[in-house]
Amino acid sequence: MIHNFTNAGDNDTRSGFGVGLLELGRTNPNVVALCADLVGSLKMDAFIKEFPERFFQIGIAEANMMGIAAGMTIGGKIPFTGTFANFSTGRVYDQIRQSIAYSDKNVKICASHAGITLGEDGATHQIMEDIGLMKMLPNMVVINPCDYNQTKAATLAIADYVGPVYLRFGRPKVANFTSATDKFEIGKALHLITGTDVTILATGHLVWSAIQAAEQLATLGISAEVINIHTIKPLDNAAILASVTKTKCVVTAEEHQYNGGLGDAVAQLLARHLPTPMEYVGMNDSFGESGTPDELLVKYGMDVPHIVAAVKKVVVRK
Amino acid sequence: MSTSYSLQDICTQTRRDIVRMVHAVQSGHPGGSLGCTEFLVGLYNKVMTHNSAQFSMNGTNEDLFFLSNGHISPVFYSVLARNGYFPIAELATFRKLNTRLQGHPTTHEHLPGVRMASGSLGQGLSCAIGAAVTKKLNKDNSTIYTLHGDGELQEGQIWEAAMYAAAKGIDNIIATIDLNGKQIDGPTDVVLNMGSIPAKFLAFGWEVVELLEGNNVDAVVDTLKHAKTLLGKGKPVVIIMHTEMGNGVDYMMGTHKWHGSPPNTEQLHAALAQNTETLGDY
Repeated sequence: MIHNFTNAGDNDTRSGFGVGLLELGRTNPNVVALCADLVGSLKMDAFIKEFPERFFQIGIAEANMMGIAAGMTIGGKIPFTGTFANFSTGRVYDQIRQSIAYSDKNVKICASHAGITLGEDGATHQIMEDIGLMKMLPNMVVINPCDYNQTKAATLAIADYVGPVYLRFGRPKVANFTSATDKFEIGKALHLITGTDVTILATGHLVWSAIQAAEQLATLGISAEVINIHTIKPLDNAAILASVTKTKCVVTAEEHQYNGGLGDAVAQLLARHLPTPMEYVGMNDSFGESGTPDELLVKYGMDVPHIVAAVKKVVVRK
Repeated sequence: MSTSYSLQDICTQTRRDIVRMVHAVQSGHPGGSLGCTEFLVGLYNKVMTHNSAQFSMNGTNEDLFFLSNGHISPVFYSVLARNGYFPIAELATFRKLNTRLQGHPTTHEHLPGVRMASGSLGQGLSCAIGAAVTKKLNKDNSTIYTLHGDGELQEGQIWEAAMYAAAKGIDNIIATIDLNGKQIDGPTDVVLNMGSIPAKFLAFGWEVVELLEGNNVDAVVDTLKHAKTLLGKGKPVVIIMHTEMGNGVDYMMGTHKWHGSPPNTEQLHAALAQNTETLGDY
């Protein structure tokens, strides 16, 4: 059956981060924020205005920012770093690996403008390898919330978790459909739509697309179960296996390369525990390009029709 | 630490520890370790306020040290052990399976005295600046110390950190550069000539102190104490410490070849003969 999901009004996930950070400033005196010359893009202005002594402008020096954040944990601070996803991961991979993940530092790496919906800036800035890079690191939690409300809730939740976290969000205004009062539980998949013919596992911006796809599929007589995998690591194995046991086929949907993303994580789980026909919706080993977010999602196969097509393809493979 | 031993005695024993550790596993980095023996012995025994009996990661109201050139772990481990951070006998486990004394220092095995993994070069100054900032936020007037190799200064992140520390007035940190002029592939001037390192730090806005006798432990202690008087004045402080790689073992001095090579058994005995046991071997 189809639930009714209402878009409370388009909003950007990065603004959810910004309001979450401001709230943390008021409730957790150990939270500090660092930025590498992108405070406007990361929506950190309100935090900076209210807590100037707890904000650290590092300049365009992301490697230094990751190291400073790691060091600031010694003495009890909880640093939230902010820059684009590209500069939060690939540019500083070794700093994160040695000084944060291996050193087990309580740093929250908060990354905006992830994925192809960054849009017009083009492929240099559209990182679609970041989930893979981060989830390969032992000790790293990887979170990719789906909308404004969930990003805010995730921002609050990661402050209470002790250990390194990668929090990924985006630039464009997208449907804001989760409840503003929902608590965020790290590692707990959210069951959005119950179905019997296929499981759609979606993360980030593509969760809303998966809901729309499920509605279209219902008109075609295909009953799709939709689960929001906001936490890619640790993956909610139990929720996924329970759903796939019932539906017997899977589509994953994400704004990320096939390689290394949610699809890979799910395939690894199923290969070991429940081999199942599966299709990927994501970036197929390609760089992006300039364009509007919607144009790019269509061209690179990450829009609603592509999710519908992937479902049609997988259900006949059962 | 017992006061019945002189700093020189402790240095001699630390040199024995270093060559025995790397010989036992036929791997590790004796050259830089020997060259920085006086620095670490002086720092931990005479300069830093620290609590080895009850190690805490946060190190509240303690001075903190960050080893950025993590490959000189043998000297770091010896000094930590002989300061009481962990049993001296544990030095025998260096680089062996299941050890807390990993090839490069790490927090992962919870070795007391280590607050940050290092080994991949160029990261320690940033981490130390972070710890220094938190000290300031916490109104903790302790001092942050770091050590870096000179070859390590070829990493760009060092200069990001140097720029930040000066620009933001991080004046509770004393960084020390081990200026031995050598790196794995040869003399630093040949591999990648860095020009004047003191001039670079001056240009970046640091207070620069030169220590010409980096293998004289009394000079090390005096210089560190002098550097401390320069803190709190709006500038970070760097000590450019001239040392001899392989110091105290004659055949290891004057060459870069012992940067990362262990002595064989005959060479070990020669090294030990030049450094007579003082505090007792592990």
